[in-house]
Order: sequence, then structure tokens, then C-alpha cells
Amino acid sequence: MLQVSIYRYNPATDAEPYMKDYQLDTGGKDLMVLDVLELLKEQDTSLAYRRSCREGVCGSDGLNMNGKNGLACITPLSETVVKSKLVIRPLPGLPVVRDLVVDMSLFYHQYEKVKPYLINDEPPPAIERLQSPEDRAKLDGLYECILCACCSTACPSFWWNPDRFIGPSGLLQAWRFLADSRDTAEVERLADLDDPFSVFRCHGIQNCINVCPKGLNPTRAIGHIRNSLLAAAT
Amino acid sequence: MVTSITSFGRSGLSDWLVQRVTAVILLAYTIFITWQLVCGTDYQQWSALFDQTWVRVFSLSALLSTVAHAWVGLWSVSTDYLVEHVLRIKTNEFLASRANLLRWAFQGACGIVAFYYLVWGIQVLWS
Ligand code: SF4
Repeated sequence: MLQVSIYRYNPATDAEPYMKDYQLDTGGKDLMVLDVLELLKEQDTSLAYRRSCREGVCGSDGLNMNGKNGLACITPLSETVVKSKLVIRPLPGLPVVRDLVVDMSLFYHQYEKVKPYLINDEPPPAIERLQSPEDRAKLDGLYECILCACCSTACPSFWWNPDRFIGPSGLLQAWRFLADSRDTAEVERLADLDDPFSVFRCHGIQNCINVCPKGLNPTRAIGHIRNSLLAAAT
Repeated sequence: MVTSITSFGRSGLSDWLVQRVTAVILLAYTIFITWQLVCGTDYQQWSALFDQTWVRVFSLSALLSTVAHAWVGLWSVSTDYLVEHVLRIKTNEFLASRANLLRWAFQGACGIVAFYYLVWGIQVLWS
């Protein structure tokens, strides 16, 4: 029997959040955590969580499972369960809308700040802006981000300054566009990042690398941004 | 937005650089002083050591580095923890509503202590 403890909060009826315990017979199968949630929802239809693709592509079901952020749909029980116990909480640091559903506005706001789109003021060519295979390769490890927020909500600096520190996810995307040979706004992008909070609140804790379900490395991207700021200043 | 006005330098980059450069100076000074102590010092040796101008200048640069390093570091700490939403979670509404005041008081106290040690240090070195 799997003991599951889930964070519950319905602001319409509950004065405070609480943990609710469930029992589940997994039939000895190594289910994904999302499967567990689906089975529990059959028992208790009031349970709320986000999900969509159920295969680690959409980034909707980022959750905190036994203390570690990850995507419920691609986290097998064998990877997270300790002594038949599974504790599921919403992603830490963001306001809870209901149960496991968090309000991602702050996260998206930081994403928006880095202008996550190509800026190029040169006249567009007839067909498309070409890029050499080498330049294209610089975007590997950056473009794959699915904005699940697992990294930013695992980052203490983001917990303390979610309004001013862009966070690992946003900074990974900032570097994705700084590194793009087709983008011409490097100077403006760097100028927007050179305050004491946006980039420099990263203290290299590296929780982001530890939790990213896509195996990306935001800390390295932040290092590249810092080096670019240094190069631009000297 | 709180930006360079209240931080030590003009930008996040300069704060970051100050932190790294001062750390190197402090490391060098720590090794130097430890080495002197390990080699054994009596009053005569110690006072002869500090009679040399370069030792005083080196000590003063270490002192200035401590002040700068501590200011950048503690400014970061205060802007992480002494803010309204963090105090609301960690303490109570009373302190949370006075977060700005608390933070400025803390930063002011840090500034005064740093200034005090600096002036005192200069006095010790050049008297
Ligand atoms: S970097 Fe990884 S953990 Fe962070 S938002 Fe992107 S995919 Fe999710």
C-alpha cells in the first residue's frame, strides 16, 4: 500500500491549507506520480492539479514530490517514494490557487522581462535568416526549456525576490536569445540585466540543475550572461 | 525598484566584481598574517613588521576590503530577508509592515560599524 499525503487548500472553503492522507494499491506497478494523482482523483474528485500532455512535453504538472520539484508525469514512483510514502505539494514559493495549482504570474512576468523573442532590426531577407550549423549548435541546451518552473521555484533567491530576480528559467531564456546569431539586441539586453537583482542574485546554489526535468543547466547560462556583462563593461 | 542607489556600486556587475577582488585581497592577507603568526612573533618582531609602510598599506587594503566585502554581502542578505513578504512568512504582521524601516536600520547599523572599524583601524596602523 502506498501512503500518499497531498497538500490541500480550497480558498473558498478552507481557512488554512492542510495535508490529506490517501492510501493507494498500486498493484506493485512502478506508476508515474501523475498516474497516482489520476487514480486518487477517482477516489476524491475535489482534488485539483494541472496536467495536459502526460509525457513531459507541456510542462503543466510541475510539482514538489517528496521534497524535490519535478514533472509528475515522468517521475516514476521508484525514483521518489521512500518507505512507501509519497508527499506531494505544489511548487514552492508561488501563491496557491487551489490544492496543487499555483499562480504562475510572477514566473511568467520574469520570463516576459527578458524579451523572449528574436529582435533584429535589419531588413528581413526574402526567405529566412540563415544560421550556420555552429551558431545553431549554440542554442542546444537552451531552446529545449518547457517553462515548467521546476527550477525557479526550487531556487531560494527566487523565493526571496520573485519580483526582482529573473530566476533560472528566465535567465536560461535570456541567454538563449543573447547567444542567437540572428539577434541584434545584445547591448540592450545586457543593459537590462545589469542591476543588482536580475542576474546577480544567483549565488550558484544550483538547485535548478538538480531539478530540471529536461536536464538543462541554467547556472551555466547565468555564468555566460555574467561573462558577457563583464566583457561588455571592459 | 531598488537598484544601484542603495547598493554599494553602480551595478550588479560592479558589486559582483568588488566581492571577488576583495575576497582575493582578504585571502592573500589571511595567508600573510597566518604565516607571520606561525613563524612566531614577539612584540619586537611584530612592531618591526608593522613599522614597514608596505605592511601598513597591505593591512589598510585588507581593512578596506573587509568593509566593502561586508557591505555588499550584508546588503544582499538584508534585501533577501528583511523584506515584507519574507518577514510575513517568517515572523509576524507587525514586523512585516515595518520591513523597510528594519532593513534601513540594519543597513545603517552595518554602515556605522564598518565606518567605526575603518577609522579605528587607520588609527591603530598609523599611530
Ligand atoms: S530550465 Fe528546466 S526546470 Fe527550468 S523551466 Fe525550463 S525545463 Fe523547467
